[in-house]
Amino acid sequence: MRPFADGALEPPCRSCLRRAWLVARLGGHIEVVWSTRRGNAGLLALDDQALIASLAGDRRDAVVAEYECFDDGAARSRCAASGVTALCRCDSRYPSQLEDLPDPPAVLHVRGDLARFERGLAADRVAIVGARRATEYGLQQARGLGRGLAAAGLTVVSGMALGVDAAAHVGALDAHGLTVAVLACGPEQAYPPSKRRLHMRIVEHGAVVSELPPGAPVRRWCFPARNRIIAALAQATVVVEAGERSGSLITAGQAADLGREVAAVPGLVTAPLAAGTNALIADGAQLVCGAHDVLELLFGAAALTLLPAGPDERVAGLEQDLRALLERVGGGHDTVAALASDGTSVEAVLAGLAQLELCGLVRRGPGGRYTATA
Amino acid sequence: MRCDTGAHSLATVLARVVTFAIDGIDPRPVWVEVDIRPGLPTFRVVGLADAAVREARERVRAAILNSDYEFPARRITANLAPAHLRKVGPGFDAAIAVGLLAASGQCSGDALERWAIFGELSLTGTVQPCRGVLAVAEGARRAGVAGLVVAHERAGEAALVEGIEVAGVDDLRGIAALLDGRELPPTPPPAPASPAAAPAPDAPDLADVRGHELPLRALEIAAAGGHNLLLEGPPGSGKTMLARRLPSLLPSLTRAEALEVTRIHSVAGVGDPGGLVTSRPFRAPHHTVSPAGLVGGGRPPSPGEATLAHHGVLFLDELSEFSRPSLEALRQPLEDGEIVIVRGQQALRFPTRFTLVAATNPCPCGFAGSEHACRCGEHELARHRRRLSGPLLDRIDLLVSVARPTAAALAGPPATFSEIVRQRVLAARERQGARLVDASAHTNAQLDARMVRAHVRLGTAARQALAQAYDRGGLSARGHDRVLRVARTIADLAERDQVQLEDVLQALALRTPASTDHAVAV
Repeated sequence: MRPFADGALEPPCRSCLRRAWLVARLGGHIEVVWSTRRGNAGLLALDDQALIASLAGDRRDAVVAEYECFDDGAARSRCAASGVTALCRCDSRYPSQLEDLPDPPAVLHVRGDLARFERGLAADRVAIVGARRATEYGLQQARGLGRGLAAAGLTVVSGMALGVDAAAHVGALDAHGLTVAVLACGPEQAYPPSKRRLHMRIVEHGAVVSELPPGAPVRRWCFPARNRIIAALAQATVVVEAGERSGSLITAGQAADLGREVAAVPGLVTAPLAAGTNALIADGAQLVCGAHDVLELLFGAAALTLLPAGPDERVAGLEQDLRALLERVGGGHDTVAALASDGTSVEAVLAGLAQLELCGLVRRGPGGRYTATA
Repeated sequence: MRCDTGAHSLATVLARVVTFAIDGIDPRPVWVEVDIRPGLPTFRVVGLADAAVREARERVRAAILNSDYEFPARRITANLAPAHLRKVGPGFDAAIAVGLLAASGQCSGDALERWAIFGELSLTGTVQPCRGVLAVAEGARRAGVAGLVVAHERAGEAALVEGIEVAGVDDLRGIAALLDGRELPPTPPPAPASPAAAPAPDAPDLADVRGHELPLRALEIAAAGGHNLLLEGPPGSGKTMLARRLPSLLPSLTRAEALEVTRIHSVAGVGDPGGLVTSRPFRAPHHTVSPAGLVGGGRPPSPGEATLAHHGVLFLDELSEFSRPSLEALRQPLEDGEIVIVRGQQALRFPTRFTLVAATNPCPCGFAGSEHACRCGEHELARHRRRLSGPLLDRIDLLVSVARPTAAALAGPPATFSEIVRQRVLAARERQGARLVDASAHTNAQLDARMVRAHVRLGTAARQALAQAYDRGGLSARGHDRVLRVARTIADLAERDQVQLEDVLQALALRTPASTDHAVAV
């Protein structure tokens, strides 16, 4: 998809493209500041000259020289070559939500159909973020939320990271909904590389965006910077699993600063990956048990009447003993040994679990632990 | 035998003695010819002999002199025929020494047609036991030799072979006395123990286990159908403890199987020498084992752990830590029940019919899916998954998760005695045997795709459940057959002719995943 032939259309304008180039150009310098100060607060809000002055150091003259003779035509053709649309701040299609940020990106690079991206932003948007090394429970919840919210017509925004982020995208795609992935590198690259297929699916059925131009590598500071865009794009941010010092909590904090809703899925008080989310809830974040809680948060209780009520058809069709078994799985008896502790034979438990798995109601996870998928 | 070719001073004398070389684990007849003729005093051993055989010269010379015989100061040549066969090891000493004595007229050569001689000599002239006596005794019977002379420590092992006379001797003088007819062969050693004898009282028993109902069920199914089993669980959950108890559930070795196992162990020099191996072998090689150590090889080729586990259990703890080449090397043994090792012009076959039990942590740190938090990085997890996936997993029918038992389970009643479970296993094996009487397979695990279709009859509900699982994409074509094999065994344990829904469902719950995606985060 190449909406812009080389330099044929304006915008994106030269100064915005140059700004995006400059941020990528100084990426290594920002990385140094970030790793020494553990933060880049305010850096991206500086104007071009101040940014060069505060970061480039010895290399200042070289950077200024490159800056002066910046070739916007080349930047445009690089975007076009990698199928990326550059939306600059002067463009009417630039997402207005980003203007709420103190340091909005000069250019949003979009990979995927632009009309679809605009449609996604016009709908209501929810960000789902969480731990990369998530548990089976967290993945289930993220997938379920993604599916439920996408089915209700909302756009799911996330970061395509391993674990919760990817699961949220997958859920939205499974429900044939719209989903937007905000990357910490150029939008044409799949990061992490193992999510290459997911990247392709999102480009095809949603949109992948980034403030960095094509070819920009991943750096550590790019993740919190990426998180601010996720927080700004969505009306509400739901944290699914987060440890005590998780990057997802940064996203939640940024969302709160922007006046967006913050919500979290609770976990066991003993689970390390629930420490962050439970703390958020204690601080006043909305407690989320499912997609309906997010809808209620955004639209009020009236929205719930639109949702189909009553138990799942598949569950209703089960025999009595299988339904009891499913309830016990949902109640935390997740191993065969735990399920057989009430006197049921191991053989019967195994057969019952296999039947529930065939109906798609439970999944076997690591360590032989079963989780209910409904 | 002794041949004088002439009475004058240039006469040469020749003696011929039968002995055996071990080629892999098979005996091959070897004739030791000793030629003595006038000339400068020399002593040569020819005939593709390795270092240990060439050193025999020194041992033979000292043994003859120390036994108060005369060592002829003439030109002596000992030839080991056939010349193309590589001769390995010290087992030819006694035969060379006896040939020399016979050729020099110091003992009678008339009885050498009746006796094969196999043993190492010490410098004092005593006959030392050496490896592979059972294989040699089988070779002697096959070659039609009437009797076998071995060190008396190994006479019992040789006597396990029926239809051959065994003489256990102490030293070179004892052999000479036997050949001269001065001394009758020692009374045969006591009859070998029957393989049906009860297992050793200190063998691990299921009754020591508490909790672990699911893994115990999987062990019973594995024993009944000969299925390979993968145990997955965090460190200290009892995987090794459970695996060690599988042999106690297996049927006793038949006499033929016991002889085969004893022969292999005797050649490899493992276990107690001298008696019949009555319990099924359990081999647990460390994960640093080389491919040759695992499946056999080296120069000369010797049996590996897979062959030592023949008719028993091969246990691979920490499966993901084994090197890729080692695991790849296991494919042929698992598929064919034997491994063929080709060296130069010769091909050796080692039998490898074992039940594989593998154990692995769910992730490198071992705590994925347990109450502890998993601390593995993405790359470690990916590496772990790659190691476990692939061709080896295709040959494993059963996957069971082992969790640490709860305190309540530890305080609870112990599991059933092995013997009780073993009776159920025996009944299930009998049903398989009756069904597979004309087939090349003996157990359900050995059924190939064609035999699965012929021998596994499904009830309607069972067929539907399997089709549903297949359509949902949770099963590969191979996985489909694996589930059917296991379901057949579960039905055999329940004494059913037709495989029912509950059998298929249990088999599905115990299946190995197509890839190990169960350990994968989305």
